[in-house]
Amino acid sequence: MSSGDKFILDLKVNGYPQQDLVPKNLLLIDYLREKLDLTGAKMGCDGGECGACTVLVDGAPRLSCITLAAKVTGKHVETIESLSDNGRLSELQKQFHEKLGSQCGFCTPGMVMASEALLRKNPEPTDSEIRKALEGNLCRCTGYVKILESVKAVAETHAGEAR
Amino acid sequence: MKRVNQDLSHVKPNKAAGARIPLVDGIEKVSGKAKYTTDLDAHGALVGVILRSPYAHADIVSIDVSAARALPGVKAVITGDDCGAPFGILPISENEYPLAKEKLRYRGDAVAAVAAIDEKTARQALDLIRLEVKELPAYFTVQEALAPDAVQIHDKRQGNLERSVEDEFGDVEQGFAQADLVMERTYHCGEVTHAHMEPHAALAEYDAERDMLTLQSVTQVPYYVHLMLTQCTGMDSSRIRVIKPFVGGGFGARTETLNFEIIACLLAKAAGGKVKMKLSREETFLTHKGRPETDVNIKMGMTKDGKITACEAEVIQRGGAYAGYGVITILYSGALLHAIYDIPNVKYRGQRVYTNNPGCGAMRGHGTVNIRFAFEALLDSMAEALDIDVLAARRVNLLQPDFETINGLRGRSYGLPECIDWVEEASSWKQKRKKLPHGKGIGAACSHFVSGAGKPVHWTGEPHATILLKLDFDGGITIFTGASDIGQGSSTIITQAVAEILGVDYSRLRLIANDSAITPKDNGSYSSRVTVMVGSAAMDAAKNLKTILLDAAARKFECAVEDVECMGEAYRVKGSPETALPFQDIVDQALIGSGTITAKGTYFVPREYQGMGKQRGAAVGSSPGYSYGATVAEVTVDEDTFQVTVDKIWCAHDCGFAINPLSVEGQIQGGVWMGLGQAISEETGFQNGLHMNANFLDYRFPTIVESPDIEVKIIEPIDPNGPFGAKEASEGMLSSVLAAVSSAVRDAIGIEMTETPLTPDRILDAITKQERANKRNQSKQEVA
Repeated sequence: MSSGDKFILDLKVNGYPQQDLVPKNLLLIDYLREKLDLTGAKMGCDGGECGACTVLVDGAPRLSCITLAAKVTGKHVETIESLSDNGRLSELQKQFHEKLGSQCGFCTPGMVMASEALLRKNPEPTDSEIRKALEGNLCRCTGYVKILESVKAVAETHAGEAR
Repeated sequence: MKRVNQDLSHVKPNKAAGARIPLVDGIEKVSGKAKYTTDLDAHGALVGVILRSPYAHADIVSIDVSAARALPGVKAVITGDDCGAPFGILPISENEYPLAKEKLRYRGDAVAAVAAIDEKTARQALDLIRLEVKELPAYFTVQEALAPDAVQIHDKRQGNLERSVEDEFGDVEQGFAQADLVMERTYHCGEVTHAHMEPHAALAEYDAERDMLTLQSVTQVPYYVHLMLTQCTGMDSSRIRVIKPFVGGGFGARTETLNFEIIACLLAKAAGGKVKMKLSREETFLTHKGRPETDVNIKMGMTKDGKITACEAEVIQRGGAYAGYGVITILYSGALLHAIYDIPNVKYRGQRVYTNNPGCGAMRGHGTVNIRFAFEALLDSMAEALDIDVLAARRVNLLQPDFETINGLRGRSYGLPECIDWVEEASSWKQKRKKLPHGKGIGAACSHFVSGAGKPVHWTGEPHATILLKLDFDGGITIFTGASDIGQGSSTIITQAVAEILGVDYSRLRLIANDSAITPKDNGSYSSRVTVMVGSAAMDAAKNLKTILLDAAARKFECAVEDVECMGEAYRVKGSPETALPFQDIVDQALIGSGTITAKGTYFVPREYQGMGKQRGAAVGSSPGYSYGATVAEVTVDEDTFQVTVDKIWCAHDCGFAINPLSVEGQIQGGVWMGLGQAISEETGFQNGLHMNANFLDYRFPTIVESPDIEVKIIEPIDPNGPFGAKEASEGMLSSVLAAVSSAVRDAIGIEMTETPLTPDRILDAITKQERANKRNQSKQEVA
């Protein structure tokens, strides 16, 4: 590959600055998984169909499997690995765990990150707002019932805090 | 090994059985730490890719791989010539080769495989392979394949009929004669596939110096994979190691050894190194092994009070290109067709047919789903015709606990009556059925399933399940199991079983699963066997360990073993709480003169639950316990678009004792939802053998927006055959959903549906047909 096919990717990943020389056609998911060994984001389909690869780019949910790494230069990318604090689960992760919002777990990183994006913007979403926000995230195990309950439980905590 | 002086007089055993604990491997999943096959360290691995057949049916004339082999960066190219032995799940029908030999049988069949330094090189090499074939006529429907002049897809299978089964119990003709109403219908179920979220993947490593092979793969049954690797590599089984990492769902797809798992190993062997293989979603669809397209012609007799006097069914399954589980599937369809109810006369004819489609196999509710739809839908139609409430009609035909069905299946518990009662009450059935506005409707159906097969596929005389426990100086107990957690929670249930018997904290327990070098053999996760079989083995192992600890405590207390009381984290002399000593003290005592303690537990299915020999393939359908379920669905049918929206589902499931109610709820909801997908939208489609929807946009299962609330009730009759009284909780609910939804559609718009999925085009067709029939009847009456 000639040097013209590569560029310097300069971004923040999970709070830390990163600089890497990468191919221009490198997908964000491959950068995260192969280069940074952040294997939380999953590839469940052949591109843009299942949401398992969802990460946050400047706080907004993005499908890392159809996003070029080049497009996120200068931005902040957050993956499932960033949510735990000192090894302790975040409230959202805890609810997914305790309410069984995760069975096989393959869709979970994407599901959690899409929920995280929603809750940051809208800490007390209604059921239909949760459904709308997770519309692009497929799950084959749960029937979504306990996923909805997991996100709702966090929203209720927020509501409790607000009161 | 901390020793703190504490008051142990109030320590009580951990009540683990029946506890709503989260999955023991759940933290890894929600934190992104769980390592699935493609997440494993594959540093330095070659990339393996597969060349797939563009032909649906063809004789291979030649495969020229010389140019591919010559490409720099290519380390291995293999074809069917590199594997002499076929494989398959059933010893009686092993007719698939990892890479096709002599013949290609479907569009997507594996032709050749390449291992290269990177994916780009590997794919370039595939393009350089020259495949010369002689095309043959291809058959995509059972009618075409069964035509008298059809070319045989497999040798020795005249007429492309893989298996024909016929059984009759009682006398159906006499039964029909006793009926007040006899009705016959033909039902059709489209083919569906598992669509587990994790695409297929494998990581194979061959140690050429030692001649040792290690495979890590997405399997539900590492043991079967191990057997097939032995067969297809020609290696001694002791030189092979199979490991299952985290698996992103299976639903039956991964119970069989799949060709790519063997191909990855053959490539690793040929290249003398490590090969990673990641199938695309499209290839995952093509690998298939899903639920076959099925036609059911069914006839039933019913008295005017709803009693079924006879049932006769003919089932044809489009099995696809290879045998897979086919024989078992067609046997299951017959064995469980009627065994949910008490029916005196039954006749079954099943045909499993080869076609040039991807091969079918086991999928959640194996063999029972499509026949259940047909049976329950016909029952619904007949009850309607006789003006009997459809739930009441089911109540007339119930079995009793400790039953033996007409085909010799025995069961101890039978919670179906309570399931029906609950869904009727919870859904306000009586206030809604036939009383909702046009376009809205409510429907019901029942279902059941085995808790593991009474006889395993590979019958060796070994126990059905084995568990090992290790207890050492640190006081930690390690559970070793070969049972595969694929998200259904088997590791959690096993942990709870051990915790309940020993009464210890969960923190003392860790579980290691699925590494043939470390864990005991297990028959794997299929036919909902793990809770009953492995759970029972776990109880047995824990009891054996407890015996050792009680003996040690008796020595410590210098009392009779009968006088020792186990309080889980403490042991004491009965009636003397002040004597309590911590668990660690008892461990220390037990280790004296013994060292590391191991305990083994096993489980055998009692003889009388292994099949009574009354039917063809008598072992199929037998089980130590049967789950039962009843489902009510409420739907809206859009009167302009004919789109069915399922607004709410109520499901009551009899799983015996629920060892983990949280997990059981999750399984019921997931199973109901998967049935819902098949009921309203899921179906594979082929155009001249080309898969038309091998992706998640065209193979449509419900998103969270399209998924209803699913209200669940666990019905818990204690089953004496199950661990703590438990039965299965993962499959039995699924098949009721199809007929419940079609029953609701009838209630909504007055149309009888005989096909799944209930897509708008099918509903429009049914309405048009009914309108035409009405017109014909009208004109006949006018003529008269």
